[in-house]
Amino acid sequence: MKILTPTFLTYVKVLLIVAVVPAIVGFVIVLAERRIMGFMQVRLGPNRVGPKGTLQGLADLLKLVTKEDVTPARAEKFVHFLAPVLAVIPALTALAVIPMGPSIRLARHVSTPLWVADINIGLLFLLAITSIGVYGIILGGWASNNKYSMLGGLRSAAQLVSYEVPMGLSLVAVLLMTRSLSLVEIVMRQDRMQLWFVFPGLLSFFLYFVSGVAETNRNPFDLPEAESELVSGFNTEYSGVKFAFFFLGEYAAMIIISCVAVTVFFGGWLPPFGHVKALSFLHIVPPFLWFLAKVGFFIFCYIWFRSTFPRYRFDQLMALGWKWMIPLSLVNIVIVALAILWTPGRTDGLVRLGWLFGALFLLMFFLAKLRQALARRDRLASEPAGTRQSALKA
Amino acid sequence: MGAAEAAGSALLTGVAGWLFVGFALLILGTAIAVVWSKNPVHSALFLLASFLLVACVFILEEAEFVGAVQILVYAGGIMVLFLFVIMLVHQRTAAGTPAFQHQWDIALLLLPVFLIPFLYILGTEKFTDIARNPDAFRAVAGRVIGNTEAVSWLMFRDYLLPFEVASVFLLVAMIGAVVLGKRSFEKVD
Repeated sequence: MKILTPTFLTYVKVLLIVAVVPAIVGFVIVLAERRIMGFMQVRLGPNRVGPKGTLQGLADLLKLVTKEDVTPARAEKFVHFLAPVLAVIPALTALAVIPMGPSIRLARHVSTPLWVADINIGLLFLLAITSIGVYGIILGGWASNNKYSMLGGLRSAAQLVSYEVPMGLSLVAVLLMTRSLSLVEIVMRQDRMQLWFVFPGLLSFFLYFVSGVAETNRNPFDLPEAESELVSGFNTEYSGVKFAFFFLGEYAAMIIISCVAVTVFFGGWLPPFGHVKALSFLHIVPPFLWFLAKVGFFIFCYIWFRSTFPRYRFDQLMALGWKWMIPLSLVNIVIVALAILWTPGRTDGLVRLGWLFGALFLLMFFLAKLRQALARRDRLASEPAGTRQSALKA
Repeated sequence: MGAAEAAGSALLTGVAGWLFVGFALLILGTAIAVVWSKNPVHSALFLLASFLLVACVFILEEAEFVGAVQILVYAGGIMVLFLFVIMLVHQRTAAGTPAFQHQWDIALLLLPVFLIPFLYILGTEKFTDIARNPDAFRAVAGRVIGNTEAVSWLMFRDYLLPFEVASVFLLVAMIGAVVLGKRSFEKVD
């Protein structure tokens, strides 16, 4: 067992991340996305390659690898080549600090934690590294020597710089609760406090996830690649493996945003309400599977948003970011700070804030439902009886 | 610079010392390339590389908070805006334009004015605190707690007033830029 030294195991974990994450993206997430979107849009989705279409990823891979690699005539060759690489590497690097589970035992006297590195600037490192990812898109748009690509790149630059601010500020509110930037310590503290930070940080979580969707250029904020206006934007002039790299970069960024949401707000690898006696049977499921299930849920949300929300207009996007999200995230920091100062040295204030946010959330949910029902009643009342009958039949 | 700091320093001996020399040379190389490149986008990319390498040096010196902020603010924020402006102006230099124009003589005159004080400080300052205490960047009142905490104690307790004054200055500059940028106050909704 001399071979299983910590250094060696770290290399193994790095290799696993670099090898497994692209495979998961290609074979699981893309297939799930196409099948789920097919279901939501009342069509089948890919179902020909392999049983129920499960081998579609292999077909896509073969297609992308064998495609001709086109570089536009007056493109900046080197930057055009560099851009897809810059889109992938930061996203995969960021996965190094994500804690996916506590230590597991590999052999007698040999156990290893399910993270590559636990650094004491973890969350800041994540924000910093993911902010580098935007260069792939900007440079790809610029180097292609194409108006549409250029517009896509510029839109992306403005969007990412704008939404990084509310994202950072929403995490600041959580940092007030955790008192640590280390992601492992953040999960441990949620275990000790017996409280997931999503409850006192409901507003933070909302701001974080909306900014996260904008940061990854996904619907409804996918303006850098709006196909109806920009013919797919920054990646118009990319084909083959380079296009696959952009694709991988986008999905890896989605995984990162989901992983951080799970770690910071949803207790990482902890089972839900693990300290409640009646729910102790949830500990049977291994922690790593809890982590995977939670991340999978957020990836599903991304797909769900994509097939249900219409795209924003660019000025609407900017107005939302600067006039709503940033002021709201500043107010949120004050609210959380007041809740912590309410009961100094103890966590009661945060628990009460969680109840308050929960009550407000339920109230808003029922008000929205009520408004929906009233609008529906008015609409039906305003129509003549005959049309209602025919509409019901159709 | 490397020799002055490496002497007696626990931080910059062995592999770390050689890494520092490597990073320092790369920083110098990329900084020269910023000035040398004819294409402004290439210059911006070299500047980005230089910022990232400076962050590496900070992390090597166990000032990891400053390193991460260097990447987040300079590489992730300011350079994106630089590139944004360069691409909006979109000036591809024509082939044959010299990289340096007519500032040679002025630059040579100003060089000693900046270089001599710099070298004087480097030569006289012994950097004793750092050389004797590798935890200088992570300790508060003798207790080693971490770089993030050390920086925030300095910023929000010891130097709170200068910090707030600096942020007010930045706010004034921002308001000034907004006022100058607006053509007229009536047209803006």
